[in-house]
Amino acid sequence: MNMLWLQSAGCGGCTMSLLCAENPNVFDTLSGAGITLLWHPALSLETGGAVRRMLADILSGAIPLDILCVEGSIARGPKGTGRYHILSGTGKPMLDWVRDLSAIAQNVIAVGTCAAYGGVTTAGGNPSDSAGLQYEGNHPGGILPADFRARSGLPVINVAGCPTHPDWVTETLMLLAAGSLGAKDLDTLARPLFYAGHLVHHACPKNEFYEYKASARELSQQGCMMEHLGCVGTQAVGDCNIRPWNGQGSCTRGGYPCIACTAPEFEEPRHAFTETPKIGGIPVGLPSDMPKAWFMALASLSKAATPSRVAQNATSDRIKIPPTLRKPRT
Amino acid sequence: MSGPKLVVGPFNRVEGDLEIHLDTDAGAVTAAYVNSPLYRGFERMLEGKNPMDALTLTPRICGICSISQSAAAARALASAMGLTPSPDGERIAALIHMVENISDHMTHFHLFFMPDFTRAVYAHKPWHAQAIKRFTTMQGSAQRHAIEARAQLMHILGMLAGKWPHTLAIQPGGATKAPSASDKVRIMSTLRAHRRFLEQELFGARIEDFAALTTFDQLQNWAGGDAALFLDIAADLDLAGMGRGAGRYLSFGAYPVAGTHIFAAGMDDGTTATNAATNATPQPLDLTTLQEDLSHAWMLGDAAHPAHGQTTPDEDMRPDAYTWCKAPRLLGQTWETGALARQVIDRHPLALALRDTGVLGRVAARLLETARTQIEMEKLAQSIAPDAQFMVQGKMPATATGIGLVEAARGALGHWISVDQGRIKSYQIIAPTTWNFSPRDGAGTPGPVESALVGAAVQPGEDTPVTVQHIVRSFDPCMVCTVH
Repeated sequence: MNMLWLQSAGCGGCTMSLLCAENPNVFDTLSGAGITLLWHPALSLETGGAVRRMLADILSGAIPLDILCVEGSIARGPKGTGRYHILSGTGKPMLDWVRDLSAIAQNVIAVGTCAAYGGVTTAGGNPSDSAGLQYEGNHPGGILPADFRARSGLPVINVAGCPTHPDWVTETLMLLAAGSLGAKDLDTLARPLFYAGHLVHHACPKNEFYEYKASARELSQQGCMMEHLGCVGTQAVGDCNIRPWNGQGSCTRGGYPCIACTAPEFEEPRHAFTETPKIGGIPVGLPSDMPKAWFMALASLSKAATPSRVAQNATSDRIKIPPTLRKPRT
Repeated sequence: MSGPKLVVGPFNRVEGDLEIHLDTDAGAVTAAYVNSPLYRGFERMLEGKNPMDALTLTPRICGICSISQSAAAARALASAMGLTPSPDGERIAALIHMVENISDHMTHFHLFFMPDFTRAVYAHKPWHAQAIKRFTTMQGSAQRHAIEARAQLMHILGMLAGKWPHTLAIQPGGATKAPSASDKVRIMSTLRAHRRFLEQELFGARIEDFAALTTFDQLQNWAGGDAALFLDIAADLDLAGMGRGAGRYLSFGAYPVAGTHIFAAGMDDGTTATNAATNATPQPLDLTTLQEDLSHAWMLGDAAHPAHGQTTPDEDMRPDAYTWCKAPRLLGQTWETGALARQVIDRHPLALALRDTGVLGRVAARLLETARTQIEMEKLAQSIAPDAQFMVQGKMPATATGIGLVEAARGALGHWISVDQGRIKSYQIIAPTTWNFSPRDGAGTPGPVESALVGAAVQPGEDTPVTVQHIVRSFDPCMVCTVH
């Protein structure tokens, strides 16, 4: 399958993350799945004239385009021209390139939250008037209409994340190549369910602290970061703690909160990223599918039942009190 | 009669998008104009936000220099808070930063720079078969091994920084993750594996031996690994005579630890007699005359110091400008920044011997710095004290200003923050490639890469001259950082 990768108004971090794919490395993973990279801005030999000629051949149909991957959101400014990002050497805004290529691609993949929903490029008033491919934040319809379907019949597949986990990208591509990714395998925001069916909370090493609402007060403390430090891992989709990052990491394992980077509009939480907004001392944004009264009742019970070990470890930067061991039977 | 005008783009194997316009005559470039074609407006996004949000947003300027942006933001915030990070946390932050920078050097050498020597135009060269075997894009054995070694090295970031890119682990007061004694031995084990990769594949000998080179001849006689392949190619193609810079080097100082830098800060304009001696100290860093000139950028306003600067894009993209990149000048002059500059300022004898050797010097300095950084990472890992405190807490005053100066892989990176009523009033960033790939200024003086390209050979029929590609890639530009 022929794949073309374009980098639009983003940071390139999803490609950098993809290069961290392991066992096997990303080159062997893709070629092993029968995916041929027609061109990638960080990896391919071709530069300049050779790329312009290849793009012309893709548009004319002389080279079939099975998968179009777009990384980065799409600048529409200034004044709707898209000229905040003209694809170099072509005189043509990336906005127009992505629209033209999406029309002929068998499948279109938005790699990362910028390409999917707009992401960080649209933070703070969106200076470049950027949008995602098929979404503008939570709203269907980006630079492509809400009813856009690629030639395969699928909408833009949103491999959201900031950055994306390398496996989310390689597994989406391998599933597509195997003919095993259909509309039913995507969530309502078009994210592949194989990772969006989980919450970042699942397998978070702070789960025992969460159970007792034993909270960290400051970054670097071990306790649960939901109550004070802005963590939204109980609402954010992603298998970040089930299959860790870079060997054994994740945001919460690194000692800082999940900011729901797989979600539309995560870039504008309407509060500081590492502070939990509260009303009357109660955090807003409790788990989305649990009745609030139940949550509050359970939380106050579990807080009252918190073992001293858990309470003390929560506000320490390392394990202060190890688990109590049962006395051997005599 | 003048030759064709060329537009080179899409210019890949650089980070982000880049377009270069060339005037040519008699088979050589006579003038170059560098266009950074993407504007996103991070500085504007930050205005009005909680100052601590800079730690989440600025790393996302760049996927390859993410930790450098994070470190600069943390330093700028600490400076605004009047906070000194915990010494042990500062060393963890330095180790995290080194892992990114050494990884970026590997990415540049193996994925971005070397593949150009596999081109058919070099098919008659004695080294071509080896270049094909090692550096064919996405297939060469060196490319494969390097991305595997890089992914493995980044396990240190998984452990200390949660993930890469885009971590929140580096904070004004230190680092969020307190490493345990078992983490420490794991880190040292990962570093030993990385040393094995460097010594077996890149250098073909002990890294200490490469770091101990002092002269151009010693370097040229280096016989091991892919470093030797590069040096053979460099000698054959005269990369030392290609893309020479103006000889003015700038470093903000890399890895602040205990009030000093592991690689020194300073400026060296190459004019003072003392600079010829390897033991002479460079001029101290003085940014009082720093200005960002907007004359050839699609930006509105006057030239200004970043503490007072603004970012107002010219939506009409006026025809006498040609890029979104501002033109930073210090003492009214252009300055080159990057690994060569850093090692020149740090007074490494080999770097001093390489200061006027163009493409060769920039790439060889990255190899030198790779060897030196590996040694420094091992020292930092050894110094981890698992009982220490890795982060202290601070408070942001309602009104404050701060500066964060660090060294990204590509060179000097600065953040200037001003806080008013507890909110960001202004945030200005000058990235390494803003220096190196700056456009002309009000006096018409071209930026560093624009000058380095003058004289580059253009073969008949070439629309994307390979010499231009070697020179541009020798700077390892990061275009997403450049304009941000």
